[in-house]
Amino acid sequence: MENLERIIADCPFFAGLDHTYLNLIVGCASNVRFEAGSYMFKEGTPADTFYLIREGKVAIEIFAPHRKPIIVSTVGEGEIVGWSWLLPPYVWKFHGHALQSVRAIALDGKCLRAKCEENHDLGYEILKRVVQIVEHRLDEARFQQVDVYAVQR
Amino acid sequence: MMPQTHSVREVIKETPDTFTLTLQPENGAGASFFQPGQFSMLWVYGVGELPISISGDPGKQDRLVYTVRSVGKATNAFVSQKPGAGVGVRGPFGIGWPVDVARGHDLVIVAGGIGLAPLRPVIYHVLSHRADYDRLVLIYGARSPRDLLYRKELASWARQRDTQVLITVDYGGLSWRNHVGVVTTLLKYARLRPAQSVAMLCGPEIMMRFVARDLAGHGFGRSQIYLSMERNMKCAVGFCGHCQYGPHFICKDGPVFTYEQIGPMMDKYEL
Amino acid sequence: MAERRHSVVQANELGRLIDALTRRGYEVHGPKVRDGAIVYDHIESAKDLPVGWTDEQEPGRYRLKRRSDEAFFGYVVGPQSLKKYLHPADVRLLSAERQNGTFRILNNETVPKHPYAFLGVRACELAAVGVQDRVLLEDKYVDPVYKERRSGVFVIAVQCTQSAKTCFCVSMGTGPRARTGFDLALTELAGNGGHRFVIETGSERGADVLSELQAAPASDADLHEAEAAIDGAARQQVRSIDTTGIKELLYENFEHPRWDDVAGRCLTCANCTMVCPTCFCTTVEDVSDVTGDHAERWRRWDSCFTLGFSYIHGGNIRNSSKARYRQWMTHKLASWIDQFGRSGCVGCGRCITWCPAGIDITEEVRAIREGQTHGKP
Repeated sequence: MENLERIIADCPFFAGLDHTYLNLIVGCASNVRFEAGSYMFKEGTPADTFYLIREGKVAIEIFAPHRKPIIVSTVGEGEIVGWSWLLPPYVWKFHGHALQSVRAIALDGKCLRAKCEENHDLGYEILKRVVQIVEHRLDEARFQQVDVYAVQR
Repeated sequence: MMPQTHSVREVIKETPDTFTLTLQPENGAGASFFQPGQFSMLWVYGVGELPISISGDPGKQDRLVYTVRSVGKATNAFVSQKPGAGVGVRGPFGIGWPVDVARGHDLVIVAGGIGLAPLRPVIYHVLSHRADYDRLVLIYGARSPRDLLYRKELASWARQRDTQVLITVDYGGLSWRNHVGVVTTLLKYARLRPAQSVAMLCGPEIMMRFVARDLAGHGFGRSQIYLSMERNMKCAVGFCGHCQYGPHFICKDGPVFTYEQIGPMMDKYEL
Repeated sequence: MAERRHSVVQANELGRLIDALTRRGYEVHGPKVRDGAIVYDHIESAKDLPVGWTDEQEPGRYRLKRRSDEAFFGYVVGPQSLKKYLHPADVRLLSAERQNGTFRILNNETVPKHPYAFLGVRACELAAVGVQDRVLLEDKYVDPVYKERRSGVFVIAVQCTQSAKTCFCVSMGTGPRARTGFDLALTELAGNGGHRFVIETGSERGADVLSELQAAPASDADLHEAEAAIDGAARQQVRSIDTTGIKELLYENFEHPRWDDVAGRCLTCANCTMVCPTCFCTTVEDVSDVTGDHAERWRRWDSCFTLGFSYIHGGNIRNSSKARYRQWMTHKLASWIDQFGRSGCVGCGRCITWCPAGIDITEEVRAIREGQTHGKP
């Protein structure tokens, strides 16, 4: 358990988080591993996990009929995957596909939500960090959408 | 300022619409000396003249290499030339990349799409003067895997000492198993030491704007970030007036500028 | 260099002046009436000059009117300037022939056979030549076409003794008196001494040509009358640009609402750039014959007002007329200073006269200055 606390404290997402809050959430954490090519989660299934990627690469995919799933972005070491555990209806919006073998810390969503409800200060710290990630991803998605390399005619 | 007639020696197809042509002066006359980041005006007989950055090795002074994307009548005419065809060359023109200023520093090169072509001479220069420079980081983004330029060289550069090559695409396609996302998403994986770095950016203007902003956010000084700008060009010698960007003539005051010089101009609509 | 000397000649010596220049191998060009305007053309005798004509100029209006006297130079400025000769509208840069799968560039240069002598050049036009000299001869590169045509040019300036309503050279510091850059400068007088010219010698060449005329030293009375006439022209000017801090003014008001206002009037017809004596923008065109065996590259005047001027990658940077007017005016009055160390405007007023919408550059500057947003936008 101490080991896990140190690993979580080292994750960029939790940088600067007071160790009293770290104590609160470490109980929701466990070490997980995914084989290359396996799916960490699938679109439409209950979203109850928050992943901190320690090693490997995860493809965020959209399922499309008549073709293989489309990769819209990739997420790697030091980054986080998943914020659907935070918001109703707590359902994954995309596939999470381990492109390489992935080692991660999995934080149980229900557990984290309960702790945040109990301790709003903790909740605020978590939300601040999640919003920043969402903002970056939105900026990147917008930039990607512009299709800057296309030839205009 | 008459074009010097050159002959096409070799044509390489890099991607479905992009070709690299090697030119040599006809009759073996003259050396083809240039600074990384400079460009030539290439005249296709009867069609028109194109401003194209030189994308070859500045150490190889017997040839000029250009990587061109076919997007219209003139570029298409150029890339369709066969070995032996004649092309008029004027130049080299412009202020190039700060390879001298960057000595003793880390080089962070961020390229988008065809923007890797004007930066390739810098990479060649650094690799043949490796001891003069510290870390080399190349961050390269393209639209899709089949739009990536110089694939073999990218792999070879990644194997060099103290060199990091990070590649991403906007659209992965079916068999791409590497990074997907815009170029800025790679910055977090780069081993950066902003205080001792010089950054060189080239690509679509939107991309350069976003990357420059992010680099500044990472602690790069605005005078340490260099961009290669592009505007309509007819003469390349500051007389036709077309390439003006505010008070700057891209052809003779650029095309390389610092973010300090032009950052505020990049947000001005219809400047 | 000959010291500045003032002489006086009778008006009918003008013909002998033209002959003296022709004999020295110059091709004399000066003002002529044609198509309802005073334009520059080849002058063979004094009869070719616009004797007894004057011009009336207002925003968007130019008319010739008969004078009550027989003054040779009793007008102000026509639509053309020396740019017509020194920086011509159409120049062939090269021609080439197809040959064995490649091509051969033919060595052909077209330079005028005889050097030019320009008769009737105003102070503002001389200033404009100085501006173009700076751009085309004294920057990083030299324009060989301009250099060739400029060398050996003989200039006979004419001091303005009247201003048009559209003139504002006084506020731009370029006139109405021409001070340098001429071989001879004439001031036409018609007072007590009769119809005559006070001639100021500006060079050895000028003195040499003058020696062929019946010239006498100018008297104090002559000089006084000449001064008064030139001062009169200065006092007649009703327009002006306040150039104090004009560079910062225009740079900092990129989003001023006045630009939208002028955009509602500007037709982007490019007349202003055609008549402006300092505008230098050109484009290059490739033409070939039907068989493709012969190709040429031609340089032609272009204008930043044209839609495609800023075309790149499938679109135009300056799409709106607002952006294009703003580009022209900001370049002319502000960026030019950063680029070439001085203003690009010589206050000749041609852009005001020849604008079909009557847009007045002096008025636009005033409107921005008076309604400016303070500080950086």
